[in-house]
Amino acid sequence: MATREWIIENTIRVLGFSGIGFVALIFLFLLKEGLPAFWEVAPQEMIGTRWYPTLGIYGLTPLILGSLLVTIGAVLIAVPLGVAVAVFLGEVAPEWVRDLLKPMIEVIAGIPSVVLGFLGIVALSQWIRVNLDAPTGLSAITGSLLLAYMALPTIISVAEDALDAVPNSYRDAALALGATKWQTIWRVVLPSAKTGILTAVMLGVGRALGETMAVMMVTGNAARIPLGLDAFFKPVRTMTATIAAEMGEVAQGSTHYHILFAVGIVLFVLTFLINALAAIAIFRQKRQSGGRLLS
Amino acid sequence: MIRLDSLLIQRIAFGLLTLATVVVVVPLVAVLLFIFLQGIRAISPTFIFGMPSEGMTAGGIWPAIVGTLYLTLGTALFAIPIGLGAAIYLAEYAQDNALTRILRLAIINLAGVPSVVYGLFGLGLFVLFLNFGTSIVAGSLTLGILTLPVIISTSEEALRAVPQSYRIVNASLGGTRWEGIREIILPQAMPGILTGVILGLNRAAGETAPILFTVAAFFLPRLPGSPFDQAMALPYHLFVIATQVPGMPVQIQYGTALVLIIFVLGMNLIATAIRQYYRRRRAW
Repeated sequence: MATREWIIENTIRVLGFSGIGFVALIFLFLLKEGLPAFWEVAPQEMIGTRWYPTLGIYGLTPLILGSLLVTIGAVLIAVPLGVAVAVFLGEVAPEWVRDLLKPMIEVIAGIPSVVLGFLGIVALSQWIRVNLDAPTGLSAITGSLLLAYMALPTIISVAEDALDAVPNSYRDAALALGATKWQTIWRVVLPSAKTGILTAVMLGVGRALGETMAVMMVTGNAARIPLGLDAFFKPVRTMTATIAAEMGEVAQGSTHYHILFAVGIVLFVLTFLINALAAIAIFRQKRQSGGRLLS
Repeated sequence: MIRLDSLLIQRIAFGLLTLATVVVVVPLVAVLLFIFLQGIRAISPTFIFGMPSEGMTAGGIWPAIVGTLYLTLGTALFAIPIGLGAAIYLAEYAQDNALTRILRLAIINLAGVPSVVYGLFGLGLFVLFLNFGTSIVAGSLTLGILTLPVIISTSEEALRAVPQSYRIVNASLGGTRWEGIREIILPQAMPGILTGVILGLNRAAGETAPILFTVAAFFLPRLPGSPFDQAMALPYHLFVIATQVPGMPVQIQYGTALVLIIFVLGMNLIATAIRQYYRRRRAW
C-alpha cells in the first residue's frame, strides 16, 4: 500500500511539472526547425520590406507590421468597449442583468474563430465594402473588428476581476463624501483598478496577436507595408496568417519552411513576454486580494 | 460657463455604458440567430450522415463530424490524466515558493501560445520527429497540450474550493494525503473538474490552426480507419469550403457552420448546466 501510494504521489509530482516541460518542448522544437533560417537568410534581407517566398525573398517587415496594425486596431476597439462593459456589469447593472449577460459573454469566447471568419467573409466584409466605400472588404479593419470581438470576453472578465478587487470601503468613502455613483466610478474605482485593467489590455493584445483563422480569412493577405492612414482599409498579411497559409505548400527542410518556423519563434517570444508581464501583474493583484488566474 | 449637473453627467455616462453592453451582446444574438436560420435549411439526414460528393459541393459532412469526434476523444484521453494530475499537484502538494510560481507562469504562457504555433510544434514534434505522420494521433496530442491550461486551471479551482476542514478531518481519522484526495476531495470537486474538462475539449473541437498541418485532410471521402490515418474535421472543413472551393453553395457553408456551432456550444451548455446544478446542491 505504501509503495503504491509513493508511486501515485510521485506521478502526480511529475505531472505537476509537465507544464514547464511542454513550454520548453514547444520552444525547443520551434528553435530546432526555425534556427537554420537565421543562417540561410542574411539578417539585412530578413528585415527587408518585401515578402516574396517564391522568389526567395524573405523580408519579415510587412508581416510584422501587418500583425501590429491589425492588433492595434483590435485593441483600440476592444479595450474601451470591454472596460465599459466590465464597469456596467460590475458597478451599474442590477444583479439579474449581470446573471443574464455574463454567461452570454462567455459564449462569445466559445464561438470557433473559423465561424467568425466565415461570417466575416459573407457578412462583415460586404458591409464594410459598401458602407465605408472601400475597394475591398477584405482589409485590416475587418480583421481588427473580428479580433476585437474575440478578445472582448478576456478583456471583460479580467477587467471585472480588477474592479472587484477594489475594496468596497473606497466606494463607501467616496459616496459618503457626496460623490455621485458615476463620480465614484470615474475618479475612485477606475484609477484604483488601473493595473488590473492594464493586464486586461495586455491579455487582449496577446490574443489578438496570436489569432490565426479569422484573420487569415478576412484580411486579404497581401504582404505589403501598411503605411498611411488608409492602411486600415487595405489588405494586409499577418504573421499567423502567413504560417497557416504557406506551411501546407512548402517542402520540408527548405529555407521557406525554416523561415515560417522562425516567424513562429517571433510569435512565441512576443506572446510569451506579453503574457508573462500580464501574469506578474495578476500575481501582484492576487496577493492583495482574491482573483482568478486564468479567465 | 454652465456646470453640467453631475446627475445629468451620470445619466449620460450610464447610458453610454449600457450602449457599450448592447453593442457587445446584440451581435452575439444576431450571429447565432443568423447562422441558425441560414443553416437549418441545409440540415437533413443526408447532410449529416452523407459523404461529400461532387467536389464537396453536394452531399454531406459525415467524415468531418466523425473526424472531430475522434479528435475530441483523442484529446480527452491525453489531456484529462495529465491535466488532472497537474491540478492535483498544484492544489494539494505544491508549496508557495519560487518553483511553483515558475510553474504557474509556464501554464499561463501555455495558454497564451498562438494556436498556429501549436500547429508548428505539432508538425515538428509529432508529425515529423516522432514520425506519426499527418494523423489523428498527432492532432490529438497537439490539441491535448493546447487544452491543458484550461483543464488545469479550472480543476485546480474546483479542488481548492473543497473546504480545508475536509482535509483536516481525513488526517485526524488516520487517512493519508492520497486517501483523502481519492476518497473525499476528488469526489467533492468532480462537478467542477467535469466543467473544466468539457470547456477545454470544447476549445479543442473548435480549433483549426493547430490541425492544419497535423491531421487535416482537405477532402477524404471515407472514414478514418486507424488513429494513424488523416481525417477531415468540422472547423477545417468550414475553412476549406468558405475559402478554397470556388462555386460552393452557401447553404452547405451555413449548414456546416451550424453543425459546428451546435457541437461546440452544446458542450458549453452542458458544462454550464453541470456547474449550476451542483452549485445548488453542494454540501458546503
